[in-house]
Amino acid sequence: MKVEPDIAIRLQRITKRFGPLLANNGISLVVGRREIVALLGENGAGKTTLMNILFGHYVADEGTVEVFGRHLTPGSTRAAIAAGVGMVHQHFTLAANLTVIENIESGTESFLRPKLARRWSRQRLCGLSSRFGLAVDPDALVGTLSIGERQRVEILKALYREAQVLVLDEPTAVLTPQEASSLFATLRRMAAEGLAIIFISHKLDEVRANADRILVLRAGAIVAERTPATATRDELAELMVGRRVVRPRRDPLPSGIPLLEAQGVSLHDGHQLRLDNATFTVREREILGLVGVSGNGQGALADLVTGLAVPTSGRLTVLGKPILQSDPRWLVAAGVARIPDDRHAVGVVGDMSVWKNAIIERVGTPRFSRCGIIRRNAAMMYTRELVERYDIRGAPLDRRARLLSGGNLQKLILGRNLAAAPRLIIANQPTRGLDEGAVARVHTQLLEAKRRSTGILLITEDLDEVTALADRIMAIYRGRLSPTIPAEIADARGLGLMMAGHWDETSNAV
Amino acid sequence: MSAFEILVTATFWAAVLRIATPLIFGTIGELICERAGVLNLGIEGIMTFGAMIGWLTVYEGGTLWEGLLVAAISGTLFGLLHGVLTVPLGLSQHVTGLGVTLLAANLSYYVYRLVLPISSTPPTISPFQSVTIPWLSDLPFLGPALFSQMPPTYLAFAIVAAAGYVLYRTPLGLALRMVGESAEGAEAQGISVAGLRVGAVVVGSALMGMGGAFLTLAAFNSFFFTMVQGRGWVCIALVVFGSWRPGKALLGALLYGIFDAYQLRLQAAFGQLIPYQVFLTIPYALSILALAVMSRRATVPQALMVPFRKGER
Amino acid sequence: MRFELREVTSPLLLLMTPIAAIAVSLFLCAGFIAVAGAPVMGAYGHLAKGAFGSAFAITETLTRATPLILTGLSAAVAFRARLWNIGAEGQLYLGAIVTAALGAHVEGLPGWLADLVLILSGGLAGMLLLLGPTLLKLKLGVDEVVTTLLLNFMVLLLVSALIEGPLRDPLAFGFPQSAPVSDGAMLPKLVAHARLHAGFIIAVVIALVVATIDGYSVFGFAAQAVGLNIRAARFAGIPIERVLVCVALMSGGLAGIGGALEVIGLKGYVTLDMSPGYGYTGIIVAMLAGLHPLGVVASSIFVAGVFVGADAMGRAYNIPSAIADVIVAVSLLIMLLALLFARYRLRWT
Repeated sequence: MKVEPDIAIRLQRITKRFGPLLANNGISLVVGRREIVALLGENGAGKTTLMNILFGHYVADEGTVEVFGRHLTPGSTRAAIAAGVGMVHQHFTLAANLTVIENIESGTESFLRPKLARRWSRQRLCGLSSRFGLAVDPDALVGTLSIGERQRVEILKALYREAQVLVLDEPTAVLTPQEASSLFATLRRMAAEGLAIIFISHKLDEVRANADRILVLRAGAIVAERTPATATRDELAELMVGRRVVRPRRDPLPSGIPLLEAQGVSLHDGHQLRLDNATFTVREREILGLVGVSGNGQGALADLVTGLAVPTSGRLTVLGKPILQSDPRWLVAAGVARIPDDRHAVGVVGDMSVWKNAIIERVGTPRFSRCGIIRRNAAMMYTRELVERYDIRGAPLDRRARLLSGGNLQKLILGRNLAAAPRLIIANQPTRGLDEGAVARVHTQLLEAKRRSTGILLITEDLDEVTALADRIMAIYRGRLSPTIPAEIADARGLGLMMAGHWDETSNAV
Repeated sequence: MSAFEILVTATFWAAVLRIATPLIFGTIGELICERAGVLNLGIEGIMTFGAMIGWLTVYEGGTLWEGLLVAAISGTLFGLLHGVLTVPLGLSQHVTGLGVTLLAANLSYYVYRLVLPISSTPPTISPFQSVTIPWLSDLPFLGPALFSQMPPTYLAFAIVAAAGYVLYRTPLGLALRMVGESAEGAEAQGISVAGLRVGAVVVGSALMGMGGAFLTLAAFNSFFFTMVQGRGWVCIALVVFGSWRPGKALLGALLYGIFDAYQLRLQAAFGQLIPYQVFLTIPYALSILALAVMSRRATVPQALMVPFRKGER
Repeated sequence: MRFELREVTSPLLLLMTPIAAIAVSLFLCAGFIAVAGAPVMGAYGHLAKGAFGSAFAITETLTRATPLILTGLSAAVAFRARLWNIGAEGQLYLGAIVTAALGAHVEGLPGWLADLVLILSGGLAGMLLLLGPTLLKLKLGVDEVVTTLLLNFMVLLLVSALIEGPLRDPLAFGFPQSAPVSDGAMLPKLVAHARLHAGFIIAVVIALVVATIDGYSVFGFAAQAVGLNIRAARFAGIPIERVLVCVALMSGGLAGIGGALEVIGLKGYVTLDMSPGYGYTGIIVAMLAGLHPLGVVASSIFVAGVFVGADAMGRAYNIPSAIADVIVAVSLLIMLLALLFARYRLRWT
C-alpha cells in the first residue's frame, strides 16, 4: 500500500444520524498539505457535524477518518490533537477568567508534572506569535480581549499543539471584512509552510476568493467539487440550495411618519459605555438596516428598543411615547414586534408547550386571560390559526417548543408577532442559522409588512441581507453609529469600511 | 475581663484556630469541587458522617490517625456518589447535594445507634492532644496561641498551601480551573471534563469528611446528633467570601473562628443579661452578611453549575 | 453512551416513577435492615402494617402527613421557579411560634375566626422570613440556598430563647415549651381517640388551591416560564422580580401555615423538637411528586407512612428510627435518576 505523505485528511463514507435527522450521508473527501479547502453549504447542511467528527467531538455511525495515512480513533479530541488536527470553533472555546497563556497551555502537560513549565511555554507562544503574525499579550485576561484577538488566541491554541491540519468553522462570522482578509492572508502563510487548511463557510464570495478547492455540501452529502476558476457565484448558490436562488429585493416606497426616534441615546452598563450617542429614525414603509460585527453594541441598541433596557442619557421615543422604564409588555401592546437574535434561548421557553409560547407575550391581555385565569380555548384557537397561516410544522400544540426546528421556531416567533399587525418591527438577526428557503420566506414577510405601512429596524451581520432589503443603512462600531447612507450607494466595500469604524471617508450622510 | 481584654489572651487565639480547623477542611474541600464547576451541597451530611465514622473507628480500637483516614475515605465514597449523579448523569446539583446530605447525616445516626444503644452519658474517646513544637511553642504569646495546636490543625494549614500550589502552579490545577471556567474549552483541548470534575468532587469530599472528624477527634471527644450545626453551610458561604481562592478562604475561616470564639466568651461574660442564644446567632448572621457583601464582587467560576453533556447537539 | 431527549414524556411514565423510586429504595435499604439483624420481609411487613394496617395506623399516617403536605407544597412552588428555598424548617418553626404567641390571647374570638387569624399569622411569619433571602438574591445576587439554610439555625435559636424566656409555660415543670394556645382555638379532631385533626382537611384544600393557581392562572404560567428560562421570560415581558417575590411569599407562607397547623392541631404549644425535619423532608416529598401540587398530597401520605411504619418496625425489631430518614433520602436520589430516564433515552454508541 503506497503511503501518500501529502494527503493530510482522508474521510471515507462518513455517516452520522441525530435521531431521525441524517446529518452526514456517506461523505468522502480528501485534503492535502499546502492547500486551502472550503466546505460550502447553507445552514444545516452538515458541515460543522462533519468537522466535529474529524475533531473527535462526535462519533460517526459509519465510515473512517485517516490523518496522514493513519486511522484516527473516533470520539477522542485528545487523539485528534495528537494526530495533528486543530480546530478553531465558531463559538470560541476559551475561559474568560484565565489569561491567554493559561488558556493556551492548559491540557498540554502531563498531570503528573509538579510544576507548569511557564517560561518554556511563554517562549514557544511568542515564537509562534511572531512566525505567523498573530500578536497577543500572553498575560491578558481573555475576557478583556476583542473578538478578533480572541480568534487569534484560538488559532494559536491549535498551532501550539503542533497542528498540521487547521479547521476553521465560520471564521469570519465575527470579523469585519478587513479583519477577514487579514485572517486569510495568515492562513495562506500557514498553508505555504505545509499546513492543510479547511474552512467552513456559507459565504459565496469568501470561498471564491480564498479557497483552492470548494466542496459543496447539501443535505448532508457532497454534491459538487469546484475551483474558484471554474465556478460562478450563481452556480455555487444553486448547488448549495438545490434550485435557483431568488431572494426577494426591496421595493422603495414613500416613507411616512417616524415610528422610532433616538436622539443622542447612550447606555451605560456599570463601567462600560455600550452605546454612545446614537441618533437615528425609523419611519413607516421603510427598512432601516444596522450592520456591524457582533459585539459592537447592537445588543445594547436591541435591548433599548425591545424594552429590556432604559437609556442612561438621550431620548428614545417609540410610537410617540418616550421610553423611561423597562416595559416590554407595553411595547407589545402598542404594536411593536420584536424578533430576538437568539431564538432558541430567548425567543421561546423551550420546555413550555407551543401554544404557551404562542401567547407568552400577551398572556395577561383580555384575549387570553380573565380574572387572572388563562383562557385556554382562546389560546389554542389562536395557536391553531398561527400554525396554519404560517405553516409551522414539527410539533403539536401541546408538545415542547424546543422540538421545533430553527426554521419552524422562527415561523412561530414571526407569526405571533405579525398576527398582531404591528406598526414597528425590530428584527435582530432574523435569518441567522436558517436555510435558504427559510431566509427567502422571512424576507418576503418583512417586505410584505413594509407594504402594510410597518417600519422595520433590521439588525444584521449579513451584508447580502442588508443590501437586498434595507432602504437606508447605518453601521455600528464600538457603540457608535455611522451616518445613515441610502441603499443605492451602499456596496460591500463601503459597508465593510463602515463596520470597521471608518466613516469619514464615505459620502452623503442622510 | 473586659470585652477588649478577651482578644489579647493566648487561649483566645488558640480557640480561634481550633474552631477554624474543621471549617478550613470543609471550605477547601468545597472550593476544590466548585473550582471544577460542581456545587457540593452534600457537605453538611458528609461532615456529619465523617465525624461519626472517625469517632467510631477510634472507639472500636483504632488510632486517631486511622480515624481521620476512615473519615476521609467515607468522604470519597459520598463524593463519588454525588459526582457520578451530577456529572456524567447531569442531575440537578442542588437537589442531588441535598439528597446526599440527608442520606449521609441520617446514615450516620443510624449506624451510630446500631452500634451504641441509647444511654444517658454518651461514650467518649481520648482525642488528639496539642503538640509542642520545639522552640516555636516557647515563644511568648505566639507559642501558646499558634504553636501548641493539635496535629490536624497543622495538617489543615498544609492543605491550604498545597491547594494553592496545585491550583495555580501545576498542570493538573490549571486543567481543573479550565474545566470550571469553560467546559467546552477544556473538552476542545482533549481534557476529560467528567474525569476531572468527579475527581475534584471525590478529593474535596474527602477533605470534608476529615473536617467532620476533627469535631469528634479533637474539638470534642464524643459524637452527638446535632454536632455539625450548619458548619457545612458556613463553608459554602466562606468559599464565596474567599472568592474561590484558598488563601482568602483561609482568612474567612479564621475570621469566622474569631467571631465564634469571641461570642462564646461574650456569652460567659454577659450571659445574665442577654440570652445565650443571641450570641450563638452571631456567626450565622455574619456569614449571611459576608455573602451579601461579597456575592457581587467575587469572580465566580464561569462553568459552576453548568452541566456538560458531551456530544449533545 | 449518550442521552437523547425523548419526544414526549408520557404521563403514565411520570406517574410510575415515584412508585418505582420508592420500591427501588426499599430494595436498596434492605441491606441496612439486614445489618441490624432483622429479617427484611418481616421488618417491611411491620412497616406496612404500622403505616396502613389498621384504622388507627392510618390516622397516625395522615396526621404525620399534614405538615408534610404544606412543606412539600412550599418546596414544590419554590423549586418550580428555581428558587431554592431550603428554609422551610425555619419558616415552619417561625409560623409555629407566632401562632403560639398569639394563640394564648384569642379567647374572645369565635373558634373558626381564631383559627383563621392564627393560620394567617403563621403564614405571614413564614412569608416574611423568606422575603429576606429572596431580596438578597434579586438585589445582590446572593445564592438563596445558604442564606435560607443558615436562617433555619437562627430561627431555632430564636425559638429556643423565646420558649425559655418570654413565652415560657410556667406550668411545664421545667421542660422548655411555650404557653399553650387557648382551648377554643385548637382545631377539632376528625376521629375520636386519635390524633388526626382538621388540619389535614385544611392542608388538602390548600393543595387544591395551589394546584389551581399553578395550572390555570396567569401567575402560575409566569412562574413556570421564569423557572424554565428566565431570559426568555424577561424578553417576553414577564416581570421577573415581581414573580419571584410572589413565589417566595407563597412558599414561605405555606411552610409557616404548616407550623401553625401543627400547633393548633396537635398539642397547642411549641417545643424545640416538634419538627423531626419536616422542612427538609418536604423537599423530598416535593421531588417525589414531580413538583406537582396534587402529587404532593399523595407523596406526603406515602412518606409519612414510611415514618410511622418505621416507628412500629423499630419497636418490633430494635432498628434505629433513623432508618426511615435513610429510606426517604435514598428514594430522593432514586427519584432523580428515574426522572432522568423518564426524560431521556439511553443510547449505546
